[in-house]
Amino acid sequence: MIFPKWTNQIPFLIPIGLALVGGAVAAGVTVYCTPKNTRVGYQPVQPVPFSHAVHAGQLGVDCRYCHSTVEKSWFSSIPAASTCMNCHSLILKDDPRLALVRESFTNNTPIPWVQVHIVPDYVYFNHSVHVARGFSCVECHGRVDQMDEVHHAKSLSMSFCLDCHRNPAAFIRPPGKVTDLGWQWSTNAAEAAKLQEVNGKNFVHDWRVESLQSCSACHR
Amino acid sequence: MAESTVILEELNRLAPPAELRRAPVVENNRGLGALTDKLSEFAEGKIPRWWWILFIPSAFCAMVVLPMALIYQVSTGVGVWGNNQPVAWGLDIVSFIWWVGVAHAGTLISALLFLTRQHWRTTIGRAAEAMTVFSVMMAGLYPAIHVGRAWFDWFMFPIPNSNGLWPQFRSPLMWDVFAVNTYLMVSTLFWLMGMIPDFAVMRDRAVTRPRKFIFSLLAMGWTGSARQWHHYEKAYVVLCGLCTLLVFTVSSIVGLDFCTSMLAGWHATIFPLYFVIGAVFCGFGMMLVLLVPLRKWCGLENIITMSHMDKVAKLTLVSGLIIAYIYAIEFFIAWYSGDPYERWVFGHRLFGHTYWFLGWTLIAVNVCVTQLLWFKKIRANLTALFIIGVLINIGMWTERFVIVVGSLYQDFLPANWGKYIPTRWDVALYIGSLGAFFMMYLLFVKFLPLVAIAEVKGATPQGNPHHPLGGAKGKP
Repeated sequence: MIFPKWTNQIPFLIPIGLALVGGAVAAGVTVYCTPKNTRVGYQPVQPVPFSHAVHAGQLGVDCRYCHSTVEKSWFSSIPAASTCMNCHSLILKDDPRLALVRESFTNNTPIPWVQVHIVPDYVYFNHSVHVARGFSCVECHGRVDQMDEVHHAKSLSMSFCLDCHRNPAAFIRPPGKVTDLGWQWSTNAAEAAKLQEVNGKNFVHDWRVESLQSCSACHR
Repeated sequence: MAESTVILEELNRLAPPAELRRAPVVENNRGLGALTDKLSEFAEGKIPRWWWILFIPSAFCAMVVLPMALIYQVSTGVGVWGNNQPVAWGLDIVSFIWWVGVAHAGTLISALLFLTRQHWRTTIGRAAEAMTVFSVMMAGLYPAIHVGRAWFDWFMFPIPNSNGLWPQFRSPLMWDVFAVNTYLMVSTLFWLMGMIPDFAVMRDRAVTRPRKFIFSLLAMGWTGSARQWHHYEKAYVVLCGLCTLLVFTVSSIVGLDFCTSMLAGWHATIFPLYFVIGAVFCGFGMMLVLLVPLRKWCGLENIITMSHMDKVAKLTLVSGLIIAYIYAIEFFIAWYSGDPYERWVFGHRLFGHTYWFLGWTLIAVNVCVTQLLWFKKIRANLTALFIIGVLINIGMWTERFVIVVGSLYQDFLPANWGKYIPTRWDVALYIGSLGAFFMMYLLFVKFLPLVAIAEVKGATPQGNPHHPLGGAKGKP
């Protein structure tokens, strides 16, 4: 006899072991290797500690005041220092936190902002078409008006895009409210859901929202 | 003893006249013990010279040529092949279908002939199953790298992922993935499970400790008790049922890859049947190529008898006749449809340019050469059978080339016409896969039970409890 008797248990132990190891690997990959973990929460240190909470939240500056091309272009622009200086030539004009902005304005050199939200080169994303059809900034960027320094709030994974592309009616809103990040149909949640359902369908139909799902819609 | 002699005489008196009697499964049968010795001696003996002569070049192709072709193609891209528009499917798909086809005869012999109680299959079943397993492995290789970005192969499987990607279950290409994987899994299981009793024989006969260790592991504690045989036989029948279905489904689905495309030359309802029969035909050709040398070199002339070779040749003839019929129907339908594109494609298969000689090759080989098998003298001539086997494999390879490339290179718009000339990397991959197949097959032939020892013994009179030699008492 080559193998002792206990080896009879091996055939039963192997599937159990495989299930445990396989389950652990699958769970680990699901939690740690997906954009929900690798992207969400990303908050690089910016050259200027610009607070969106103060500007967009407290002061109520519209997103489009700084990100002025968002309605016209695939790209939502980062403002030049001259946009900042519209106000900051008068307000906090000697504040040391704004030294880099003034330097940029004087010397005509860009501020080295660190990009937070980025899609890969093989993905085509157009800001203007989304904004024009009533998809709010908040859907992809989160409550930027409550963030001091911007962090990555949503996963921006492909399935994240598809969730909306497969059901745009659940996310669409009146175009005028696109930059109003805290906007709701109603403060009553049940009523808001009902209005979203009714109006969402109408908007999608009336404005001919195509919400393409073909590969080449984004991977051109 | 005297009593059983009496019964044997009685049996002989009752038996049909000699020309109607079935040939015995094993010739010169000297009892069960001698049979066991005979069937396991090759796997236990020294490695003969012919084995090394075949093994070294095969191993070179498998271990050097194949990795080179794979690494260069995967790291550079499919551009290293001759594939391009309009011929996007080249040698890779041709070879894929060819390998899947080679596999089919093995399953047909081992599973379908088991269900129909053909005892002669016991002697060649194992060799056929091994052919199936190794050629499905080779087949599976091709689509995996044909996709161009092999690291995205996991897209083909329904794995939940953050890209929201899911296989398109309406596509026959998707069914292919499942069909080929199922085929590989079931036929491997069938092959390995069938070997368990024989592994136990090898274990019990082993003299060295490493050998005993390996075969003990493989035999998984087989003792040959009635209970184990009971379970074994049940599982065997179930797997046979599954395998028999797979003979028909796998190549049908490969056929559907083509006939769901709106392309003249592909878009035909006959394709699933066409591919199944073509696969079986091609596989029988490969069986002839493998069995003729094996029976001689492994000393199995009494086991894989001329009667068995005759039967394999007859099955080859039957499948060849169906293939010839399908060719005729294809051409007839092309004419009868009145579709100008359809007519154009089929006319150009024989009278076009670049590939016209391939059309004639496949008719010459698959239709004409096969007819030689009508003659008993040819079926009894091993050299002829070997040559016919090789020719059928070449013919069936040509057929797949004609179907794949011949339909693609000149489609609806003359502006899109092009040509396909395989590059050296196309050819290297094919040679590499041939080498890998023969390397694995030679390893199997030398080190594993090449003939199903237990099954063959069960098909002899000594293994039949109702036969006097098997211990039956009293009048038959």
